[in-house]
Amino acid sequence: MARKTDKKFRWRLKHLLGLRELDRKEIEFILDTAKAFEQVGRRPIKKTPPLRGRVVANMFFEDSTRTRNSFALAAGRLSADVIEFTKKSSSVSKGETLLDTARNLEAMGVDIVVVRHGAGGAPKFLSRNINACVVNAGDGYNEHPTQALLDVYTIRQMRGSLDGLKIGIVGDIAHSRVARSGIWAMSKLGAEVTLIGPPTLMPAQAHLLPVKISYSLDEVLEQLDVINMLRIQFERLGKNPFPSVREYSHFFGLTVERMKRAKPDIIVMHPGPINRGLELESEVADGPNSVILKQVANGLPVRMAVLFLVNQAAAAESKSK
Amino acid sequence: MKVILDAKQIEAALSDLADRIARQISENVDIAVIGIRSRGEILANRLSEKLSNKLGKTVPCGTLDITLYRDDLNNPQSDTQPTVRSTVISFDINEKIIILVDDVLHTGRSTRAAMDALVDFGRPKAIRLAVLVDRGRREFPIQADYIGCKVDIGPGQTVEVNLVDTDDKDQVIIK
Amino acid sequence: MNTDKSILIKNGRIIDPANKVDTQADLLVVGDKVAQIGSIKSDCENVIDAKGKIVTPGLIDIHVHFREPGDEEEETIASGSAAAVAGGFTSVVCMPNTKPAIDDQTSVEYVHRMGRQARKTFIYVMGAVTKGREGNELAEMGLMAQAGAIGFTDDGCGVQDAAMMLRALKYAGMLNVVFAQHCQDDSLAAGGVMNAGYNSTILGLPGIDPLAEEMMLWRDIQLVKKTKVRYHAQHISTAGSVELVREAKAEGLPVTCEVTPHHLLFTDDAIIDYDTNYKVNPPLRTIKDVEALKRAIREGLIDALVTDHAPHLQSEKELEFLAAPFGIAGLECALSLYIKALIEPGICDWPDLISLMTHRPARVIAADRGTIARGDRADITIIDPGAEYTIDSSRFQSKSRNCPYNGWRVKGRVEKTIVAGEIRYSAD
Repeated sequence: MARKTDKKFRWRLKHLLGLRELDRKEIEFILDTAKAFEQVGRRPIKKTPPLRGRVVANMFFEDSTRTRNSFALAAGRLSADVIEFTKKSSSVSKGETLLDTARNLEAMGVDIVVVRHGAGGAPKFLSRNINACVVNAGDGYNEHPTQALLDVYTIRQMRGSLDGLKIGIVGDIAHSRVARSGIWAMSKLGAEVTLIGPPTLMPAQAHLLPVKISYSLDEVLEQLDVINMLRIQFERLGKNPFPSVREYSHFFGLTVERMKRAKPDIIVMHPGPINRGLELESEVADGPNSVILKQVANGLPVRMAVLFLVNQAAAAESKSK
Repeated sequence: MKVILDAKQIEAALSDLADRIARQISENVDIAVIGIRSRGEILANRLSEKLSNKLGKTVPCGTLDITLYRDDLNNPQSDTQPTVRSTVISFDINEKIIILVDDVLHTGRSTRAAMDALVDFGRPKAIRLAVLVDRGRREFPIQADYIGCKVDIGPGQTVEVNLVDTDDKDQVIIK
Repeated sequence: MNTDKSILIKNGRIIDPANKVDTQADLLVVGDKVAQIGSIKSDCENVIDAKGKIVTPGLIDIHVHFREPGDEEEETIASGSAAAVAGGFTSVVCMPNTKPAIDDQTSVEYVHRMGRQARKTFIYVMGAVTKGREGNELAEMGLMAQAGAIGFTDDGCGVQDAAMMLRALKYAGMLNVVFAQHCQDDSLAAGGVMNAGYNSTILGLPGIDPLAEEMMLWRDIQLVKKTKVRYHAQHISTAGSVELVREAKAEGLPVTCEVTPHHLLFTDDAIIDYDTNYKVNPPLRTIKDVEALKRAIREGLIDALVTDHAPHLQSEKELEFLAAPFGIAGLECALSLYIKALIEPGICDWPDLISLMTHRPARVIAADRGTIARGDRADITIIDPGAEYTIDSSRFQSKSRNCPYNGWRVKGRVEKTIVAGEIRYSAD
């Protein structure tokens, strides 16, 4: 059942840049809207008309298959036209700038720009400089709001609510946008978040975030209702944040052995793609506690809801002008 | 404010609708009732119960949310937020006669949206429209097959259907 | 130009901190010298009524980037010089991080020549410590010093290798010039674009730990102990650096330091919207650091107020925060910013401020400037302290507009800037 939402509530954001700036009500509104979109995927005709005549540009400056496809499919299920723009660029000033690229797309009549970029703040920067709606599909180490939304959506699906749940996020917190968005979403929805990993992978002043911090997975594992395993990002290992992958997985990998000490109904999550045998043992990734594929499936209704809502806000804005 | 139907009259109108529907539908055809959120959903539940009793078999009932199919979605006519809610149709609509239920038939735009939504779920044998109140002033070429009550009111007035499930009591009023 | 080349400034409040002067008087300039101060009766035709105005030694900024040679689209020595006099500065020190770096005699001479041709402000040059500012090989400091370089720095970055630093410091000591350092340990700062702290964490931007600055400053101070060479810490930004400077001075070491307006006016909270106009190096720190810097100014620990005027193209600042260059263009509004940061909250009075913008920075570079006693070179700035105006970067003489102060309502307008007896800037 869809929850009763406050009649006075109105979605006003034409950009989704991050979850830090949203309040609990807004996050819940996205999740409730996503819930309504869930059935679209189970119908014979998996398409609805609300974005008919609108153009969504998928601007991906970093590799991504899952998120890009998920957004493309979500836009398609809302009847939008989708332009795919992919360019591997390490935010260099050589060649066309991000702003010029976006302005060019806008000149073609793009209504919503979905952007993934290696530089934190790139979506915010775009939103200040173009008229189209901007949806953040992951920016640097900053935020990946739709990933965190689908994570909390999945937890809500399993447990009804996040209130009082103990959630562990394990791994490279310092360089993880998934962790940043997750921290905001989960804590705002009432969960108690613990960041778990070696101190070399914790961000500066992490203790000022609404979280607990632990350097020992074994110490906190037994209390956790949900464990979100972040991916080891090999491209960052050049900085040598831990001595070896072997040592990392010894202390922070989720193994069958460790799972024996976790709550029997612990929810195991991973934003993908998995390094099997490193942060997550295959038996755990494919085991009964894993909701990894559910997370992927839930990405669709969540992204449909986001695209739908930012477009609604833009329509209301243009109306009031 | 003027009450045009009280609780008793609403009950009678629904029974009458059920009678007429049951009479016109041959026994070997499957029928189902689908209500348009939110008042149509409640009326559809009541109607399907009556039909099940009359026909001696379960008439399935579903709920349709037409928000995504509204023609004013990107050109909002009012200040209220269109909230998308779930559509719940837990049965196959193919080859069934679908009784589409709404509380008030006015411009015909909601009905148009509902029909578009419905065909995305399959190919029904037929769609019939049942409404509690027809208040006229159509903007689309749409007519109801079963009407509980007809009123002709001015453009400044509105018809409001109150149902005990969401409001205090059953009544239809003109404001 | 006047036939007799004289200017009479009437009834101004003359502040000359080096000579402990703060008095209502007239000042007569003849040729390029201050001829007389007091109650002056003269038939000089060129009279400036300075009633209600402050008459000070010409302001000196010992840290500017004029981008020439190499990035003339951002600033030239001519445009930078025009900006300088518009800001009341009669002397500036150009940093050597141009393209190519100012690391030989010819380059030093080139900058001087362009400065003379611009005929606005007086240009001093600091040469690079190492060839190409790469930190590997000593540049020809001796020849540059002979050509007039008044100090050496690899500004933009610090000299990383301790052995190289020790050599460079010793060598600079032989030349009797100041060694200036942009204190930042690259191994700690690598990739950072803002202060490492809570804000960098929630913004997901790589941070520069305050330790990156403090560790190099600590190391350098140890080397100064050994060499006793004059050492100047550029744009210090952290509370820890203030303490290091305090201890060094207490020990009697020849250590000086400078502070910029932005490190007094902003904290890293300013970056919350990823506005690249706040991207500077050293980065904006926290309120605790800002307060420590202000306290240090009150206590007299800071030797110079500088702008670190760092012009950049709009198109370069219109990039992602990670990709945009560091720097703020602020020469033309610097005085007003210091009034806002220091005089308005009562941290220092006018003589203190003028002292930090004139003879004290002059002393850092051992230049014979920053005073207006009789017989001194006539570098004079006339300021209307009460005049309010709105900072409008679109009207800057500088070629660049990367200025976070744009639109600010501020006080203290530069009315006239006189360099070597010539009026080089006039507000009207």
